[in-house]
Amino acid sequence: MSAFAHPALSVRGLCKSFGALRVAQSIDLELAHGARVGLIGPNGAGKTTLVNLLTGVLPADAGTISLEGEVIDKLKPEGRVRRGLARTHQINTLLVEESVRDNVAIAIAERERVAWSMLRYAKAWRACLEEADERLREMGIMDVADRRVSALPYGQQRLLEIAIALALKPRVLLLDEPAAGVPAAEAHHIHEVLERLPAEIAILIIEHDMDVVFRFARHIVVMVQGRVLKRGAPAEIAADPQVRAVYLGRSTV
Amino acid sequence: MNPAWHALPWLLAIAFYFTAGGYLSLGTSILVYILLTLSLDLALGYAGIITLGHAAFFGFGAYGAALFAIHVNADPLLGLVVATAVTAVFAVVTGMLILHTQGVTLLMLTLAIAVLLAEAANRAYKVTGGDDGLQFTMGPVLGLFRFDLWGQTAYLYTLVILFVWFVIAWKVVHSPFGRSLDGIRQSQARMRAIGTPVWWRLIAIYAISAAMAGSAGALSAQTTRFVGLNTLGLLVSGIAVVMLVLGGTRRLYGAFLGAAVYVVVQDFAAKVNPFYWMFVIGGLLMATVLFLEGGLMEVLDIGRRWLRRLLRGSDPT
Repeated sequence: MSAFAHPALSVRGLCKSFGALRVAQSIDLELAHGARVGLIGPNGAGKTTLVNLLTGVLPADAGTISLEGEVIDKLKPEGRVRRGLARTHQINTLLVEESVRDNVAIAIAERERVAWSMLRYAKAWRACLEEADERLREMGIMDVADRRVSALPYGQQRLLEIAIALALKPRVLLLDEPAAGVPAAEAHHIHEVLERLPAEIAILIIEHDMDVVFRFARHIVVMVQGRVLKRGAPAEIAADPQVRAVYLGRSTV
Repeated sequence: MNPAWHALPWLLAIAFYFTAGGYLSLGTSILVYILLTLSLDLALGYAGIITLGHAAFFGFGAYGAALFAIHVNADPLLGLVVATAVTAVFAVVTGMLILHTQGVTLLMLTLAIAVLLAEAANRAYKVTGGDDGLQFTMGPVLGLFRFDLWGQTAYLYTLVILFVWFVIAWKVVHSPFGRSLDGIRQSQARMRAIGTPVWWRLIAIYAISAAMAGSAGALSAQTTRFVGLNTLGLLVSGIAVVMLVLGGTRRLYGAFLGAAVYVVVQDFAAKVNPFYWMFVIGGLLMATVLFLEGGLMEVLDIGRRWLRRLLRGSDPT
């Protein structure tokens, strides 16, 4: 049976509460191979929480998550990453003292399992650096490869964040507001990069900019107060009165 | 960096051997401190493991070497290897208990382990000699070189071991493993997000660092043929941190500079006034922290740049 017999990512009945606050209420979600799913919802709907549950940063109270048929509930965040579930962060967690190139190379070393090498590593590390350059070229930020991240404009930091996630060669990629905080003049660059992401990767994108979501996603999931309110094709969602109400600030739930 | 610079500290160390005279045993203790500080640079400097407990490893290695010499075999190298290995095992066990924590919690836990170990050694006086410590004899190094009265063997033996550890440390910090430690220091969240097993990585460097500190302790015991409870004392942990900060973290050579300057300044200042030498060290440390972000290594950097400019200026090509 090929890996394609299973969806890339499958979530069943995922629950999470912080005390009385239910941030995820029995969430079901499925990402087919190469899917482009947009996750939208007002602030506090639990979108980032969902990403944190999927990546294992937060432990779920109930439910199962499987990656190509393999249940990954028990795995730690790093174990899930090694099985092909990568993410970008809403707030940058880049290694600010390192160069742009090293940020990517360190991730590649991890993916290639050479990050434990201590004594005979020259060749393996050089390969990591070369591949890092390739990734930076794809992102159009090769010209700043030697620059320290702390001296990098914010828009390029966001691109680097995506470059690192791609360097992990994920099967499923969770993009948490990839263009958040980027000035409009630079945002188009990020959108171009999103359009060119490898087709075989299943992608879940969280984004406040509705133009971006509706252009990028072929399927949209609307979350409100920890629950899935609606799901469907972008056109359906855009026309849905309930969704419109939520976005206009009237609570219909 | 021009590779020729790497030869400088070792040439100085060898030159010291021929010119030190009565100061040779002081030189040996500087080398031991360098090794201890170097070990701390791996854990604290590179991996960001906030610790005040390195005395535990130093003392563990020192007592390990002494007890091995007394009860098993007086061969120095064999004793050194055994003491180093058991210290690494001790670090793996204690590291597994504490390395999931960070910051002040971690600091307190490292401190607690060091204090517990010191107290255990104090209580187990039948084994450790308690306050009296242990005095013992060592066989010749490699069966050839006896530890002589002038400390010549002790100095060269320590220098060779320091060199071996330095090469290992240099390789490790520049390896992909070392780069991942840099990452862990800066952002554990980032490293988890790229699939790094952060906890295991920290345990690994903790063990390597501890092995190195254990070697330093073993060398201290073997070269003086004595070990006392002070090797486990908090002062040892504190001095190592001061030496590291003084010299400069994450440079490896910072350990050389910090330890050497500390011991020499202490020696001179104590000669001038035996009661207030701590003032001088304290003042030096404050000045370094306030004005030199990279420690005293920065002074060397400035000197090197100045020298290069001078050489270029006089060179018509």
